[in-house]
Amino acid sequence: MRFMLLFSRQGKLRLQKWYTATSERDKKKMVRELMQVVLARKPKMCSFLEWRDLKIVYKRYASLYFCCAVEEQDNELITLEVIHRFVELLDKYFGSVCELDIIFNFEKAYFILDEFLMGGEIQDTSKKSVLKAIEQADLLQEEDESPRSVLEEMGLA
Amino acid sequence: MVWFFFIFIFIFTGKSKEAEIKRINKELANIRSKFKGDKALDGYSKKKYVCKLLFIFLLGHDIDFGHMEAVNLLSSNKYTEKQIGYLFISVLVNSNSDLIRLINNGLKNDLASRNPTYMNLALHCVANVGSREMAEAFAADIPRVLVAGDTMDSVKQSAALCLLRLNRTSPDLVPMGEWTARVVHLLNDQHLGVVTAATSLITTLAQKSPDDFKTAVSLAIARLSRIVTSASIDLQDYTYYFVAAPWLSVKLLRLLQCYPPPEDGALRGRLTECLETILNKAQEPPKSKKVQHSNAKNAVLFEAISLIIHHDSEPTLLVRACNQLGQFLQHRETNLRYLALESMCTLASSEFSHEAVKTHIETVINALKTERDVSVRQRAVDLLYAMCDRSNAKQIVAEMLSYLENADYSIREEIVLKVAILAEKYAVDYTWYVDTILNLIRLAGDYVSEEVWYRVIQIVINRDDVQGYAAKTVFEALQAPACHENLVKVGGYILGEFGNLIAGDSRSSPLVQFQLLHSKFHLCSVPTRALLLSSYIKFINLFPEVKATIQEVLRSDSQLRNADVELQQRAVEYLRLSCIASTDILATVLEEMPPFPERESSILAKLKRKKGPGVLPNIDDVRQEREKERSLNGSLDDGSDAASKTPFLAPCAPPPPSVLSAGTMTSLYPTADLLGPTAPPPSGGASLLVDVFSDSLSAVAHAPLDMSPASGPMSDDNFSRFICKNNGVLFENQLLQIGLKSEYRQNLGRIYVFFGNKTSTQFLHFTSTLNIHTKPAEATVDAGAQVQQIINIECISDFTDAPALDIHFRYGGTLQSFVVKLPVMLNKFFQPTEMVSQDFFQRWKQLGAPQQEVQKIFKAQHAMDTEVTKAKIIGFGTALLDGVDPNPTNFVGAGVIHTKNTQMYRLTLRTSRDTVSQRLSDLLSEQF
Repeated sequence: MRFMLLFSRQGKLRLQKWYTATSERDKKKMVRELMQVVLARKPKMCSFLEWRDLKIVYKRYASLYFCCAVEEQDNELITLEVIHRFVELLDKYFGSVCELDIIFNFEKAYFILDEFLMGGEIQDTSKKSVLKAIEQADLLQEEDESPRSVLEEMGLA
Repeated sequence: MVWFFFIFIFIFTGKSKEAEIKRINKELANIRSKFKGDKALDGYSKKKYVCKLLFIFLLGHDIDFGHMEAVNLLSSNKYTEKQIGYLFISVLVNSNSDLIRLINNGLKNDLASRNPTYMNLALHCVANVGSREMAEAFAADIPRVLVAGDTMDSVKQSAALCLLRLNRTSPDLVPMGEWTARVVHLLNDQHLGVVTAATSLITTLAQKSPDDFKTAVSLAIARLSRIVTSASIDLQDYTYYFVAAPWLSVKLLRLLQCYPPPEDGALRGRLTECLETILNKAQEPPKSKKVQHSNAKNAVLFEAISLIIHHDSEPTLLVRACNQLGQFLQHRETNLRYLALESMCTLASSEFSHEAVKTHIETVINALKTERDVSVRQRAVDLLYAMCDRSNAKQIVAEMLSYLENADYSIREEIVLKVAILAEKYAVDYTWYVDTILNLIRLAGDYVSEEVWYRVIQIVINRDDVQGYAAKTVFEALQAPACHENLVKVGGYILGEFGNLIAGDSRSSPLVQFQLLHSKFHLCSVPTRALLLSSYIKFINLFPEVKATIQEVLRSDSQLRNADVELQQRAVEYLRLSCIASTDILATVLEEMPPFPERESSILAKLKRKKGPGVLPNIDDVRQEREKERSLNGSLDDGSDAASKTPFLAPCAPPPPSVLSAGTMTSLYPTADLLGPTAPPPSGGASLLVDVFSDSLSAVAHAPLDMSPASGPMSDDNFSRFICKNNGVLFENQLLQIGLKSEYRQNLGRIYVFFGNKTSTQFLHFTSTLNIHTKPAEATVDAGAQVQQIINIECISDFTDAPALDIHFRYGGTLQSFVVKLPVMLNKFFQPTEMVSQDFFQRWKQLGAPQQEVQKIFKAQHAMDTEVTKAKIIGFGTALLDGVDPNPTNFVGAGVIHTKNTQMYRLTLRTSRDTVSQRLSDLLSEQF
C-alpha cells in the first residue's frame, strides 16, 4: 500500500498515512486531486479506480471516506476488507466511532492504524491482538498520567 | 488530552476560514513562546504542545518548529510522552538529516531496551520514516531481532515489516545472510500474525532474489493447504466473517506468484488441490449475507485465479477460472463485475483459455452498453480489446465504434487507438479497414491523433488493392457538408496521390475533386492548408486539364501573399514549379509516394506510452523483434543524417532551392513524419531529383533540426561528423544547443546557425562572432526558443584551419562563453565531377608528381559496408564514379574545388575498400 487517507464528504482531510517518502508539496497535490476524483463518484459505482499508476480502493462509512492507494498487482477486495477491519477496530475502541472521535482523538486513530498496518502491509489481522496492544498502551498511559484540572488544560490556570 | 483545545478551536472557528487561521496563528505564537521561554518545560507540557502542533498540522496548516521538542520527548521515560514524540516524528519528519541523527539515538536506546512496547514504538518509527540514514543505522540489527528465539511475537511482526520497508527504500543496505533461512521458517510459526507479517517480508525479498527463498514455496503450500482444505481447524480470531485467514491466504498466494509451478509432483498436486478447493468454495452457498464475507472469500478466489494465470500450465484450472469469472460478469455487485472484467483480460492472453474467454463476448458487449460506471466500462473495452482475434474482430470493432459515439470524453482517445489497432491487425479486407478509420474520424474526429491518420495513409500507400477504394470513399466522405479536419487531411492526401483512380467517373472528375477539396480549404488550420496546397500541385501533375484552375488559385493574393510564411512559400514555389517545369520533370518531382517501410505501428507505440508497458497482452511480438533488428542495423546512420536524406520541406525552409525538395509530397508540420521519430530511408524519387537539378546537390537536405538527440558533449567530436554531412547538431550542453544547416555552391557557402536555448530562462547579451563576415545574432534568446544566424562564406584560397565561432551570453547571473569550431572544411567546396574512365585516368596521370599524392593505409574503425562507404564519399563532396575501376570493392571519386581566385585544382582521389572517408580529411588538408 502506498498511502491511506481519511477525508470527510466536505473534503476535509482527517487522517493521512504515507508509506513511501513523498514531499509535502506532492502530498498536498495528490490529496487534493484524489479527493476531487473520489468525491465526484456516485454511491452505486464500484470501489476501485485507476489513478495515475496506482489503484485506488475506497469506501464510504457515514460521512467519512476511507481511501487506499495500492500497487498494480495488489488485491483490491482484500484492501477493501483492510479498510473495513480498520473501521471495526476504531469502532471497537471508541464504541461506535464517528468522525468527531477521529478528530478529537487523532493520536489514538494513528496508534490503532500503526498497530494494524505497518510499512503499508498488514501487521496483524486479529482484532483481539491489535486491541490488546492498544489497551496495554492505554494502561501505561493511565499509570503515568496524573489528572489535571480543566482550567489548567486550557492554559488559564 | 488536548480535548479542550480542540473544542476551543471548533467553537471559535466554526464561522470562517479567516477566524480559524487567526486563532491558530495565535496558538502557534503561544506555543513558540513557550518553547523559547526561559523556563524549562516539564514533560507533560512539552507533550501537550507537541500534540497541539500535530493537531494544527493535521488541520492542514504548515508547521515549521517543534521538531526538537518532539525529539526530546523520545528520551522521556514516560510512555505517553514517548508515544507522542514518535507520532510527531512519523507524521512530520521526512529526511532532515540533522534531526535523523538525534532520532536515531533515541531509537537505538529503545531498541536495546528489551521492553517490547518501546521496541515496537521504535520499529514503527523506523518503518514510518524509512529514510536512508535509518536504514544505515538499523538494517543490520533488525534481522537479529527478527530471528532471535526470545523475541516476543508482536516485536517479531513489527521487525519483519520494518525490514520490509527498509528493503523497499534502500535494498542495498539490507544484508542477506544466514538469517534469511530462519525467516523462511517463520512460515511455520504458531502465531498467525507472525506468519502474515513474515509472508509479506518474504514476498518482497523473493521478488529481488528468488533463489535465496526457494524453500519458502513448499512451506507456503503446506500452510495454505492447512488453511484452505481442512475445515476442522479453528483459527479463532483469524477467521474473518467465516473465511479462514483471508489475508494470510492472499499473501501466500502472492508469494507463490514469485515462482514457477513447483516441479515436485506431490507438491504440485497439493497446490492444485488447494486451488481447486478455492474454486469449489466459490460455488458453495454463502455462509453469511454480509458483504465482508463475500469480499474476503472472493479476494482469495481472485488471488488464486491470478496464480493460475501466472502458472499458465493447467488448462482445466484456467477454463474453470474463466467460467467462474464469467459468472461474476453478471453479478449484482459492481465491484465483482469490475474485477471479473479485469482478470479476464489477463486470461484472454493465455492460449488455454483464450477460446473460453471469447464465449463471454455478448456479456461484455452488454456491459459496455449498460454499465453505469465509467471505470467498469473502461474495463469492458480493455477486455474486448484483449479477446479480439480474426474471428470476432468485425463484431468487436463495430461495437466499439458504436460505443464511441457516446463514450466518456476521458476514454475516447484510447478507444480510438484501440479500434485503429484492431482494424489494422485483423483486416482481411482492407476496404473494411479504410471504412473503419473513416468512421472513426467521423465519430470522434477530435480524438483521432496524428498517428492514426498517418497510419491509414501509410497503409493505403503500401497496398495497391485498396487505393482506388480509398479514393472513392474519401471522396464520398468529403461530400458531407461538415466534415472533420482530419478527414480533410486524409482526403487531401489520398486524392492527391490516387485521385486519378476515380477521375474516370464524371461525378468525380478532376475538377470536381479539386473544387471539393478547395471548398474545405478556408475552414482549415494552417497545417491542413499546407497539406492541401501540396495536394493541388500533385493534381497539376495528375490532371493537366485543371492546371490553369489551380494556378489561378495559387496565384490569388490570399495564397501568394498569405501572412503565414509556410503557406506563402508553398504557394510561390508550387506556382513557379508548375510554370517552369516540363511535364517530365513535374512527373518526376511529383511522383507517387514510395511505399513506407514496414515497421511497428506508431499507434501501438502511442497506446503503449499511454498505458505503460505490459498492459497490452496481444502485442505482435514478431514485429517488435523485427523492429529491434532494424534499429540495430540502422544505427550506423544517426538521426540527423537519415533526416537529411528525406525529401522533406523543412518548417523554416530557406528561399527557392528548397523547391527541389518538394519532390515527394509531405506535410511538414512538426511531426509530419508518418513513421514517427525516425525518418524513412531515402526514396527512389529523391535521388532522381538530384539529377534533374544537379547544380545544387547540397540543397536537397534541409533536415529539420532535431533538438532531442543526446549527442556527444564535445564540439570536436561533432566537428568530425560534419566532414561528410552538412546538417546536424554541432554542439550541445545543458544550456545551449547549436544546430547547423549549410549549403555550398562552388566557392560560396551559406551556413545557418541555430542557437537553441534549452533552459527555462532567457539568455541575455547573446553574441556570436566569427572572423568571417556575419550578420549578428539576436541579443536575447528566449527560454526554449531558437534564434538563427546566417553566415555567408567565400573560399578565397585553400585553407586548413576551420573558422571558430565565439559565443558569449549571460545565463542567470553568470557569463557563459564557448568557442565552437565551425565545420567549414576545404572539401565543402568540392564540386562533384562526373567523368568517364578514360578522362579519369588521364587526369590521374597528370597529377603524378610525388608530392601531389598522399596514400594512407589504416585499420577500419567501423564495419566495412559498401553502402556506407559510398554515402560517405558522396557526402565528402566528390562524385562517385562507377565503372572506372572494375573491382567493385574499390571506390573512385572525383571533384573540383573552387576558390575565388579561380585557381582551379582538379583533385582525384582513390581510396581502396578499407578507407573510411573520415580519414580523407587528413589527406586533403595536407594536400593543399
